Amino acid sequence: MTRPGRVRRFGTAALLGVVAAMALGRDSEAQEALGALAARIAARKAMVRIPAGSYLPLYTAGGRTDLRVGVGAFALDARPVTRGEYAAFEALHPEWRRSRLAGSRAGAGYLAGWRGDLDFGGAADAARPVTEVPLAAAQAYCSAEGKRLPTTDEWEYVAAASPERRDASGDAAFKQRLLELYTRPRPAQPAPVGSIFRNAFGVWDLHGLVWEWTVQAAQNDHAARHAKAHGAGATKHDMGCAGSAAGASDTRSYAAFLRYAFREGLTPGSTTSSLGFRCAR
Amino acid sequence: MTKRSARRMTWVGAGVLAAGAFAGAVLSMGATRAHERVPVREPERVRGVEVARLTAAPAVPAPITRDYATKVVVNLEVVEKEMELAPGVRYNFWTFGGTVPGSFIRVRQGDQVEIHLTNDMHDQMPHNIDIHAVSGPGGGAKVSMTMPGQTSAFTWSAEHPGLYVYHCATAPVGVHMANGMYGLLLVEPKEGLPAVDHEFYVMQGEFYTKGKNGEPGLQAFDYQKALDERPEYVVFNGAVGSLTGEKALQSKVGESVRIFMGNGGPNLVSSFHVIGTVLDNVYPEGGSVEEHDVQTTLIPAGGAAIVEFRPQVPGDYVLVDHSIFRAFSKGALGMLHVTGTDNPLVYHGGATPAAGK
Ligand SMILES: [Cu+2]
Repeated sequence: MTRPGRVRRFGTAALLGVVAAMALGRDSEAQEALGALAARIAARKAMVRIPAGSYLPLYTAGGRTDLRVGVGAFALDARPVTRGEYAAFEALHPEWRRSRLAGSRAGAGYLAGWRGDLDFGGAADAARPVTEVPLAAAQAYCSAEGKRLPTTDEWEYVAAASPERRDASGDAAFKQRLLELYTRPRPAQPAPVGSIFRNAFGVWDLHGLVWEWTVQAAQNDHAARHAKAHGAGATKHDMGCAGSAAGASDTRSYAAFLRYAFREGLTPGSTTSSLGFRCAR
Repeated sequence: MTKRSARRMTWVGAGVLAAGAFAGAVLSMGATRAHERVPVREPERVRGVEVARLTAAPAVPAPITRDYATKVVVNLEVVEKEMELAPGVRYNFWTFGGTVPGSFIRVRQGDQVEIHLTNDMHDQMPHNIDIHAVSGPGGGAKVSMTMPGQTSAFTWSAEHPGLYVYHCATAPVGVHMANGMYGLLLVEPKEGLPAVDHEFYVMQGEFYTKGKNGEPGLQAFDYQKALDERPEYVVFNGAVGSLTGEKALQSKVGESVRIFMGNGGPNLVSSFHVIGTVLDNVYPEGGSVEEHDVQTTLIPAGGAAIVEFRPQVPGDYVLVDHSIFRAFSKGALGMLHVTGTDNPLVYHGGATPAAGK
C-alpha cells in the first residue's frame, strides 16, 4: 500500500527531526531554516475536502434515535499529526517544549515517551502519530498551522466511512472490523500514519491507530443529554453502566460505544499515550 | 474513614433522626460526595485499616479471623493482556489483576471497603467496576470510571453477607465482560464460615472468538456470535485446561472441599455439577439460604454459589457445566484429583466377562 508520495513525505518528516535537533542549539540560522521548512511542510500537508452531509450519532439531542446531524463542508488532515511534525512545531514554539512545561500542571505526562525536547526517538519514529499531548497543545499546534481541531460531529461524520462507502453505519462487517481494530493487543509503538486504512472520503487512520482529540458541539454531546435527563452533576460517568444502551441510535455499534466511552473519560489535561489528533479547517 | 466523613456521618444520622423520615435519609445521601456515601442503615463502627490480600484463581484468601469490622483497602489493577485461551489459541483479555477471572476479594460483613481501581497506563480503554455487593447506583461503576494511567477510589459498606460477582460495566458492558472482566468478592458473615480443609475459586465464562473452537492464533471478539449467544468457548478460570492435568485441584479422601463458584457469563447460565459426588451444602446464588444434598446447582450469569462436599473415594472428580456439550467440546471442564485409600463400602465395581461367552 506504500505510495511514492507518502515515502517522500516521511523522508521530509525525518529530515525535519534532524533539523529540529540542530535548532536546539539555539542556532538562529538553523531555527530560521527549520521555520521555513516547517511552513512548507504545513502548507503541503495533505488535507481532504469533506463535502457537507449528515450522520447518525450514537446519541442525539433529546434522546431521539433517528435524528441525523448535519455537518457543513470542511477540510480534514488526511493523516494524524506525526511526531516529526510535532517536533517541528515545538522547535518553532519553544513554549510547547516539554522542558518548559515540566513541573507545571499542563506538563504532567506531556510527551512522556520522548527522550527529550524535540527528541521523539529514531528516524523511524518520525512518521508515528504524536500522542501524550493535552488538548491545549493540540489546539495550539492546529492554530499554528492556521487550522483548528475537528468537532466531534465532523470527526464522527467522516469516521462513519468504510474504505468503500461514505456512510457504512449499517455495514455489519465494517462494525466487526472496527471492533477488531479497537480490541487487538496494543503494539509497543503505534504504527506509522497512513498504515491502517483509507476511507471513502480519502482520510486515513480514523480507526485503529490512536484515539483522536475532538472538540464538542454542545447540542449533540451525550454528556449534555444526560445532564438534562439526570440533572447537573451526572454528566461524567454515564458510559459506565449498561444503562448507556438506553437512547443509543444503534445498540450494536460496539466500536462506537468504546470510542464514546473513551472520549467521555477525557479531561482537557489528558496525556494518554494512545491519544493523538489531527487538524481541520 | 477520615474524621471529616465520620463527622458527616454523624450529621446525617442526626438529620435522619430529626426528620424521622426515610426520604430525608435519601436526600442527605444525594447531597454527600460519592466517596463519602453514607448508608441509610447505620454501619458498624470500624477499627483500624488493613490491605486486602488478593488471590488469583483457583486460590482463595485465608478465612478472616477478625471479630470486628475494619476498613479494608483493596488495590485492584486493570490490565489488558494477551494470554492463552486454549492450546495455541491467543486472546487479548481485559482483566482485573492480570487474570481471568479477576482477583478474589475477601472481606467481613460490616467492613468499610475502599476500592482503589488502577487502569494500567498501557491500556487502551477506560474501565470501571460494578460490585454486586455494593448498595448504590451502578454498584460502584458510577464513581470508578478510570482512564488508562489513572486510579479511582470509592468506599462502601459491606452490609450483606454472601458471594458476589464484580465486573466491569463500561460501555459496551457486554464487550468488557466478554473479554474477561469479572471476578468474585466474598462478604464473610460476622460469625465466619464453617472451617473446611480446602477452599477453591472457580468461575465460568464464555468467549466469542471469530475463529472456530481450536482455530489457532490470536482470536478477535466476534460480536455477532455474542449477540446470538453462540460461544466458541465455555471455560472455567479463563482458559481451556485451567483445572486439568497438572493444574487439577487436589484434595484427600474425607477432606471437606468448598468451591466459590461464579459465573461471569456474559450470556450463559451454568448448570454446575461435580461428577462423582453429591453436594452436601449449597448456598444457591451466593445468598444466606443453605440447601443440602444437591446434584446440580444453577448459577445465573452475573451470579455465584458456594458449594461444599467431601469426596469419599479417591480418583478424579469432574467439574462441569452440565449443559454437557459445553463441557465436552467447549472447555467447561475441571478436575479435582482426590488421593487416599479406597473405600469399597462406599463405592466399588467393575466389568467382568459375561457368563457363557
Ligand atoms: Cu472494562
